[in-house]
Amino acid sequence: MDLSFSKEEVAFRDEVRTFLRDNVPPSTRQKLQEGRHLSKDEMVEWWRILNKKGWGVSHWPKEYGGTGWSSVQHYIFNEELQMVPAPAPLAFGVSMVGPVIYTFGNEAQKKHYLPRIASVEDWWCQGFSEPGSGSDLASLKTKAERKGDTYVINGQKTWTTLAQYADWIFCLCRTDPGAKKQSGISFILVDMKTKGITVRPIQTIDGGVEVNEVFFDDVVVPVSNLVGEENKGWDYAKFLLGNERTGIARVGVSKERLRRIRDLASKVESGGKPVMEDQAFREKLAAVEIELKALELTQLRVVADEGKHGKGKPNPASSVLKIKGSEIQQATTELLMEVIGPFAAPFDEHGDDGSNEAMDWTAQIAPSYFNNRKVSIYGGSNEIQRNIITKAVLGL
Amino acid sequence: MDFDLSEEQRLLKESVDGLLGSSYEFDDRKKYMAEKGGWSKSVWGKFAEQGLLGLPFSEDDGGFGAGAVETMIVMEALGKALVLEPYLPTVVIAGGFLRRGGSAAQKAEYIPAIIDGSKTFAFAQLEKNSRYDLGDVATSAKKKGEAYVIDGEKFVVLNGESADMLIVTARTKGSQRDADGVGVFLVPGNAKGVAKKGYPTQDGLHAADISFTGVEVGADAVIGDPENGLALIERVVDDARIALCAEAVGLMDESLKSTVEYLKTRKQFGVAIGSFQTLQHRAADMFVALEQARSMAMFATMAGDFDDAKERATAVAAAKVQIGKSLKFVGQQSIQLHGGIGMTMEAKIGHYFKRLTMIENTFGDTDYHLRRVTQGGGLV
Repeated sequence: MDLSFSKEEVAFRDEVRTFLRDNVPPSTRQKLQEGRHLSKDEMVEWWRILNKKGWGVSHWPKEYGGTGWSSVQHYIFNEELQMVPAPAPLAFGVSMVGPVIYTFGNEAQKKHYLPRIASVEDWWCQGFSEPGSGSDLASLKTKAERKGDTYVINGQKTWTTLAQYADWIFCLCRTDPGAKKQSGISFILVDMKTKGITVRPIQTIDGGVEVNEVFFDDVVVPVSNLVGEENKGWDYAKFLLGNERTGIARVGVSKERLRRIRDLASKVESGGKPVMEDQAFREKLAAVEIELKALELTQLRVVADEGKHGKGKPNPASSVLKIKGSEIQQATTELLMEVIGPFAAPFDEHGDDGSNEAMDWTAQIAPSYFNNRKVSIYGGSNEIQRNIITKAVLGL
Repeated sequence: MDFDLSEEQRLLKESVDGLLGSSYEFDDRKKYMAEKGGWSKSVWGKFAEQGLLGLPFSEDDGGFGAGAVETMIVMEALGKALVLEPYLPTVVIAGGFLRRGGSAAQKAEYIPAIIDGSKTFAFAQLEKNSRYDLGDVATSAKKKGEAYVIDGEKFVVLNGESADMLIVTARTKGSQRDADGVGVFLVPGNAKGVAKKGYPTQDGLHAADISFTGVEVGADAVIGDPENGLALIERVVDDARIALCAEAVGLMDESLKSTVEYLKTRKQFGVAIGSFQTLQHRAADMFVALEQARSMAMFATMAGDFDDAKERATAVAAAKVQIGKSLKFVGQQSIQLHGGIGMTMEAKIGHYFKRLTMIENTFGDTDYHLRRVTQGGGLV
């Protein structure tokens, strides 16, 4: 047992750290530190820098542009990225549809889509959830009817993150209405410019518009956009969601936010002294730091296990990462609220789409707290994670 | 970065689990508890035979030169089996003082007796008003020529009644709460002027309140610097805290296992109660609490060897906080999910709960260690 990084791993971390320090645009970094949103251009600019370095799709197989890093190296890279902070590569393309395509797609699909994902020529979004299908995803109703060489898609997706920027959407659609729940679903790629698609923004409680409804009204898609086999889409979705869970602890994000809390709490005064000197506050902060340290090690245990036994099946302990990781992220936004106190109140009704350069640093603290309630809901709610532990770990 | 046990460590784990599996069923434990002193000499003898009592000592001292991970393995196993024998006070604490601060003569005299199982030890540290502050020492050790005369009272000394030797913290100078002036003394359990009042503890162990009245020991009884022993005491008590974290992980692991087993077998409304989602999610939360605790017990085990005393203390304190929170949740919910049967002395789950509960208040509770983490500047 040795919980420290090896010499090579430390050297790798330094290399990553130096690259990020020199290459993340300072305004991108500052906006993220303040919990603000980035514009589409800012995100794409940064991802292209990353891709040029060869780190845009780091965990993909080498033949498709991956790095061949070890599990620990991936962990280090993600954590360093989060601590800058800098945006992680667009998950919908790089972590979700990309791996599905190179694992289950045909040669033509690999050749066409993968390079475009890596270079961010295509912005992808995820068409899974529907108004009636959240945690019970397999009950989804959006249907794709086969007509000659095409599918005709009708239905509605929702909670579609950043669909307003997207060029493509990957959808779970019902292709066999007669089959039982999971077995009649297919995984289909749809060009967002296709006739019959309408995107309607959903404003969330923080005032932001990250998510959307996407309506499909007789949307005609070539059959060649089917990934893998017809009616096997549920298997690919499970594969994809397994990938989503391991990245969800976001230890680096919470670490960075804890540093910011310390920094702000040393500046904001209460009763003639910095909030940071208040013992009750310090203890609350320390309690979160301890939970985070434990989570970091739990995550490393999962990572080390992955390195030994291969990725294959996601480790059920990754459900621990989702539950604790989301709770800690939420706790950090609560602490920020506590630091700023009554000055959390003013609401900027123009919202924050990344264009308001003059925004005050206090303006995004309450919205960030409100916004972070989502992290225990998305990616399989924390209650669904408990169901997974119950079945896969405890055998109940 | 490697969380796996080495081949030797794996074998150690197998052999301890094997030994306890064959000799430490819950009914065996009841018999051992009824023996003199509250634990079994024959089990202790088996520990000696298997080399468990010599693990942390250097090969020069007759031990196996094993490290912190080996102690973690043993303590976790002892927790799982709810072991009564005085491994913590003898091997971890007294062994720690001797290894880290003992003179060559002290090592030669006492370490072989620990390794072969012929002597057990107790750590007489807690005082009426000291609570968790290791430097709060009213017991005095006054110089008399080359000798020291010890006067004072110590409380809840684990294994205090049957220990052959006591390790006593006493003040050689300064006032009660001064960091300077605390020494560590080896005192035979049957020395003149030592009076013990033994009793069982809530978790089935045995402890004693011990008074020292004009107890005279020689200069060779001092471990380390008699006027500056606090750093050594803090270091060894950190060893003990790390060991307790591992023991608690073993206890929690077994509590969860036993609770899940109960959920699968107990039937109400015609079905196993484990089919109810409310209970499933509670058990899932127990698993989360256990895994977080396991991670921090590993962290503490590694931190025990940090050279920087402040960094080590903060890390160990952080681990004790996590363990304290987790053990409370896992312990309490184990009883809740067992329902009425969990309330009975007859079922073993209550005994796990009681041992876990006592661990929280040993060498600093959750609030105390949380404060230490803030004083250490946090973890990030």
